[in-house]
Amino acid sequence: MRLDWEIAKRGWGRYAAYPAAAWAGAFTNCVFGFMQAYVLIALFRHRTDVGGYDVGDAVTYVWLAQGLLMTVYVFGWDELALRIRDGSIATDLSRPLNPQRYWLAFDLGRAPFHFIFRGIPPFLIGAFVFDLHYPTPPLAVAFVLSVFLAVVVSLGFRFLYNVAAFWIVDHRGVLRLSVTACLFFSGMTLPLAFFPHWLETFARLLPFASIVQVPIDVYLGKHTGLDLVWVLGVQASWAVALLAIGRVALTRGTRKLVVQGG
Amino acid sequence: MAESFAVYCRLAGANIRAQLQYRVSFVIDLTATFLLSFLDFLAVLILFHNVPRLAGWSVHEVAFLYGSSAIAFALAELLVGHSEQLAMRLRTGTFDVLLARPRGTLYQVAASELPLRRLGRVLQGLVVFLYALAGVNIDWTLGRVAMLFAMVPTGVLLFASMWVVALCLLFWTVDGNEFSNAFTYGGQTMTQYPIDIYGQWLRRFLAYLVPTAFVCYFPSLYLLGKNDPLGLPRIVQFIAPLVALASAAVAGLAWRTAVRHYRGAGG
Amino acid sequence: MIEVEGLRKEFVLRDGRFRRRRRTVEAVRDISFRVGQGELLGYLGPNGAGKSTTVKMLIGILVPTSGRVRVAGLEPSRQRIELARRLGAMFGQRIQLWWDLPLIESFELLRHIYRIPPDRYRQSLARFREVLDLDPFLRTPVRQLSLGQRIRGELTAAMLHEPELLFLDEPTIGLDVVAKQRVRAFLQEINSERGVTVLLTTHDLGDIERLCDRLLVIDHGSLIWDGGLSELKERYSGERTLIVDLEEPAPPLQLDGATVERVDGVRQWLRFRGSAAELTARAAATLPLVDLQVREPDIEEIVRRIYEAPEP
Repeated sequence: MRLDWEIAKRGWGRYAAYPAAAWAGAFTNCVFGFMQAYVLIALFRHRTDVGGYDVGDAVTYVWLAQGLLMTVYVFGWDELALRIRDGSIATDLSRPLNPQRYWLAFDLGRAPFHFIFRGIPPFLIGAFVFDLHYPTPPLAVAFVLSVFLAVVVSLGFRFLYNVAAFWIVDHRGVLRLSVTACLFFSGMTLPLAFFPHWLETFARLLPFASIVQVPIDVYLGKHTGLDLVWVLGVQASWAVALLAIGRVALTRGTRKLVVQGG
Repeated sequence: MAESFAVYCRLAGANIRAQLQYRVSFVIDLTATFLLSFLDFLAVLILFHNVPRLAGWSVHEVAFLYGSSAIAFALAELLVGHSEQLAMRLRTGTFDVLLARPRGTLYQVAASELPLRRLGRVLQGLVVFLYALAGVNIDWTLGRVAMLFAMVPTGVLLFASMWVVALCLLFWTVDGNEFSNAFTYGGQTMTQYPIDIYGQWLRRFLAYLVPTAFVCYFPSLYLLGKNDPLGLPRIVQFIAPLVALASAAVAGLAWRTAVRHYRGAGG
Repeated sequence: MIEVEGLRKEFVLRDGRFRRRRRTVEAVRDISFRVGQGELLGYLGPNGAGKSTTVKMLIGILVPTSGRVRVAGLEPSRQRIELARRLGAMFGQRIQLWWDLPLIESFELLRHIYRIPPDRYRQSLARFREVLDLDPFLRTPVRQLSLGQRIRGELTAAMLHEPELLFLDEPTIGLDVVAKQRVRAFLQEINSERGVTVLLTTHDLGDIERLCDRLLVIDHGSLIWDGGLSELKERYSGERTLIVDLEEPAPPLQLDGATVERVDGVRQWLRFRGSAAELTARAAATLPLVDLQVREPDIEEIVRRIYEAPEP
């Protein structure tokens, strides 16, 4: 437990060491936030309700999505893949620490940093300019829990497409494919509720929805009571499932490495 | 001038040959980029699944804007969007190697890379644009035809200038990327939709400070025969090439300043 | 060929939180020297002394804070491109060849970058192929070359366009003994037969011994030696070292005119000037000696002493 805490601190520190990057990134988040908000406002000029959202929900959605973007790290992460490609994974594996556990702890240290420094500033700007919706205290707690689960699901997924580097030479191609799919189906580009019904149903079957769409819907109060428990449960299940598959993949990959004498 | 172009072709050709060494990987990459970029346009289609018009524009009209903007941006990115290369050169000190050679540094940076994979994005833009042409009613005049052909080159020049300015930021901060992304990729996203939808201040910012509106929006107004809700004089629709040239000049100046800073203070 | 007068370079570093504190570092302080055509000189100094900063100012990569620089009659910072045609540079660790392509293709590209006429290119390349034995790996991608092969390729790349002036930064680093010999012989040849001026920045004392007649030594930004290698040795060869082995370990010997540099068990190192025989007699009179050696200072000694000197 103590070890996990130490690793998490390193995760935080790794990103806290570059405050300029955080501010610059937050600025970019704001720019995109404004653009997307206006696009959706234009959309709502023709209708008052789309997929169960009103204009306030939609704009809040945009700013939450921009705020959560770095927290759940939907863009490409390939640190592990690079270590596999250049062989330093061998050193990692020689230590008495499961790499998956390491990266999970690391990410759980990183996420709070991004939540605070990349999440809150853009959201505040959005709140200042637009009329956003705010959750009740119990929903806020549920929201934080949902974000935590989303981070784990995201890590589980990122771990998977990184572990693929054991087998696939061009890990960047896999990266691009995974990130694009994730961006689209997580609800980052547009709320899944706006999708045509068949596409939305399909999207909700995938784990990506648990990364962005679900936490935001929890915040907006779209899930209450038993429904809320159910949706959090789905997130948790995906987290466990992805981590389990990742674990297996890592073992298989390691075996391949040992056999090839890497 | 011709000689410089010939040498550019050789340098870029060398990079292309290096890319093609991994032939299978390259084809997969190109196809994947092409297909995946459609997901981006899919978002536009999904919007229109919910409403018939967006700020008075039909889906084909928005596609017209999106397509032309995508083609211009992707081509510009292909030619000068080499932020990773420049960041690496600055980090490892190999930028100095460029300074020891008898050629301009921006020229060498641009010529060293031509990531063909990005053509996938260009193709996607083209497909969307053709879809748009199929669905809009353009009152073709000689002027409009000329505008159509001028739109993409001016767009490329304008976006390329923005990219060069973004590259300049890297000389001051390693994290220059994070900041410039707001303008490069942000600039592209902005031009995909009619700027009518943006709030007053953002519209003015877009039109006057960061001239992305000139890329496709104003020419599109002319081509599609729409009225400018901003109420600007009609001449604005025709000055895109001038704006592009001015931006190129600004970009060149910015680069010179950046390298001067590097040579004066860094290394 | 090179004229440097009162050259200074200051860097402003920003420290502390939010980079608010500004600190000025003088990397190069008031350096002056002249290099004639056809000279082959070594440029030495501890790491961080200002060697690469000086060289970068000579090439035109960095702009001096003040002072006057003329290289081949041109002002590097203002006439960078024109000067670049006439000089060749090799930056040791930094690869200038194209990584994924066969070596020969890098040469072809450089031919176009430097605008070398086709027949001169062919002649030049033929010569390098022969002298540096490039044929076995001419068509191999650079990323697959061994270090020695890569360095030979880089040297060729720096000289294909037949520059009058060559700046080499650690050209023999990491090479095995045979490869080092070959490179040194090559540099010697181009300097003596073709009159190419060479400024060699190096830590390798073998390079210095074998190639350089003249040395520039820089430390903490200032030039602390500008002269011949033999003069440098003479200045220091007044001092030799007497190594004595005693019967038993003893405290450092107190002898007039000799300083004990080091003690290790029964062995003591004594630095002295003058007659070795006379000192030996005096030492033997103090304590019984079992064995002794007299050592001349080698270049490594000298350089080490220079590097270890306190900041002037």
